[in-house]
Amino acid sequence: MLEVKDLHVTVEGSEILKGLTLSIQPGEVHAIMGPNGAGKSTLSAVIAGKDGYEVTAGSITFEGKDVLEMEIEERAQAGLLLGFQYPVEIPGVKNIYLLKAALNAQREARGEGEIPAPEFMKLIKEKVSFMKMDNSFLQRAVNEGFSGGEKKRNEILQMLVLQPKLAMLDEIDSGLDIDAMKVVADGVNSLRSEDRGILLVTHYQRLLDYIVPDHVHVLVNGRIVKSGGAELAHELESRGYDWVVEEPAA
Amino acid sequence: MSDVQRFLDRLNERSEARRGEPTWIAARRQAGAARFEAMGFPDRRVEEWKYTDVRAISRTDFQLTGSAEFSQASAAALTLPLDAHRLTFVDGVFSSALSDLSELPGGVQVQPLSQALEENHEAVGGPLGRLTGVEFSAFSALNTAFFEEGALVRLAPGTVVDKPIVLQFLSRANEAPVMSHPRILIEAGGRSQATVIEHHVGEEGAANFTNLVEEVMLDRGANLTHYKLVESPEQDLHVASIHVEQCRDAQFTSFNITLGGGLVRNDLVSDLNGQGAEVTFNGLFYGQNRQHVDNHTLANHNAPHTFSHENYKGILDDRAHGVFNGKVIVKRDSQKIEADQSNANLLLSDRAQIDTKPELEIYADDVKCSHGATTGQLDEEAVFALRTRGLDEATARGLLTLAFAGEVMDQVNLDAVSERVELTVAGKLPERFHLAGLVEAAVALNED
Repeated sequence: MLEVKDLHVTVEGSEILKGLTLSIQPGEVHAIMGPNGAGKSTLSAVIAGKDGYEVTAGSITFEGKDVLEMEIEERAQAGLLLGFQYPVEIPGVKNIYLLKAALNAQREARGEGEIPAPEFMKLIKEKVSFMKMDNSFLQRAVNEGFSGGEKKRNEILQMLVLQPKLAMLDEIDSGLDIDAMKVVADGVNSLRSEDRGILLVTHYQRLLDYIVPDHVHVLVNGRIVKSGGAELAHELESRGYDWVVEEPAA
Repeated sequence: MSDVQRFLDRLNERSEARRGEPTWIAARRQAGAARFEAMGFPDRRVEEWKYTDVRAISRTDFQLTGSAEFSQASAAALTLPLDAHRLTFVDGVFSSALSDLSELPGGVQVQPLSQALEENHEAVGGPLGRLTGVEFSAFSALNTAFFEEGALVRLAPGTVVDKPIVLQFLSRANEAPVMSHPRILIEAGGRSQATVIEHHVGEEGAANFTNLVEEVMLDRGANLTHYKLVESPEQDLHVASIHVEQCRDAQFTSFNITLGGGLVRNDLVSDLNGQGAEVTFNGLFYGQNRQHVDNHTLANHNAPHTFSHENYKGILDDRAHGVFNGKVIVKRDSQKIEADQSNANLLLSDRAQIDTKPELEIYADDVKCSHGATTGQLDEEAVFALRTRGLDEATARGLLTLAFAGEVMDQVNLDAVSERVELTVAGKLPERFHLAGLVEAAVALNED
């Protein structure tokens, strides 16, 4: 469903991604790991459509459509959703507004009408409770004054409500204690299904003990240098990244 | 005939009705008329009115009215859904049919001014005009020449009023525009507590002129929360002078919210006369089309250990024009005072305009003062974050605009008021934003 081919991306004049290729099929969970500065966050930012990233070569397609030609919101409406490493605080915008507006935007894009209020209430209350959050949280402003763990839970809550076709999670484990990590991992695991793809971007193997991926890719210096199964993550954990860099790409 | 003379000539229509008025009232009317005649309507050379053109008022031939007719059904639609003690005025004329004072507790006096004058005019004559004299402005002088009706609120010491007191002013779509000059007097005894909501609203197409003068006297430790909500139709004209006197430890919290009216000018003045007195000026204004909203506030720190806080937010769209002037004066021996002030404005259109001016005059040396004014657009990072969730850009911007207004409304603990404002702001945003449905969802969740 997501095809990234030979992607080259430049940020402020320097090339960060240098020919990245990745293919994700429905039902698969992929993890991209790599040392700091490898280009992990750049990949998520480009797929989400953030300003300041220039694609100099290569392509990204989602279900056959050229992602780089889509507006930011069209990507989300098509089912391509990113969970941020540092979720933005949006003072004054209540969580419930964001959730309802986002869900309706998606439904509208699919030619469906607005979600009836009772159905919406039932849905969000169920998801809030699944994420072990309190209902009062829906009336709070998006991420404002949230702890690191609450922000990450909130990202997953949005995923649970919006049910994307492809969920990309950028360093969703950073800044989480073990209890919060479990809640977040439960949330992500509940999203696993045969018609949904999941892409985890992470620095540490720890998260992958809770969300076991089908494929692990090692991103070093703007390129995927090694791919393998879940066991590759463990190998990286015990051996670090250096050996991958030194070995010729598989 | 000059504009001033045309206004003053209307006084003659009332001479019959005013025969037999107490002499102090007649004398003040005369002083008011003389002062108004001498000052004339302010033009742009008058510093306090530099940014506000009052010709929409001065050039219109406003009539006086004695009728308070208003259909119950349309009044009900305009009235805030609040369990309250309520006085209603229609184009300035008291309507007992639309008022409800049936559950007024002991120690609380809420009356139409005409009735209070009839019962005991001397008790009104003492305080009335003590804070806002005819010198304050041409409009306060004009009000003094014309005032007949309004409201009197008196709280006995220690009284805590259970329900808000609503002073509702309805503006009618008359064949010819009318003017009214309401006068409000609030006297809160020591340690008394109350919430007063002054609500200005009207029928579609109303184009009247309201010229209000309000005096608020807070005795030691009294605590008054004061809402002024202007939701008038877009041709309605509104000038208000509100003057507050705060004795030791008295608290005054103002929410000055302007969402309607073609021309709205508010002057809010607080005299912090006793140690521990504290005033909080919260404000929100939203101008569209050619609306003009001018807010002037003044905190007079006349005593040491007094506190003033100010937070005003403005949203201006189309060719609307906003004016904010926040002044703080600290007298020479008023040490250890604290004053903070902030005014943030959001311009939604290239042709919208804001003139914002903080003014600090400090004659004491041991004080803590801060002020800041910002005018800008929306946080682009937040716009991006919302779009990554599938919201189109217009909706994202609409939500953030609503959020900007919400930062003032968060301080409001009366749901009927905050929800009304939120719904109105959401409804004012261009329709494509579809925000009203969202706000309704949040309200429903709240009630759940």
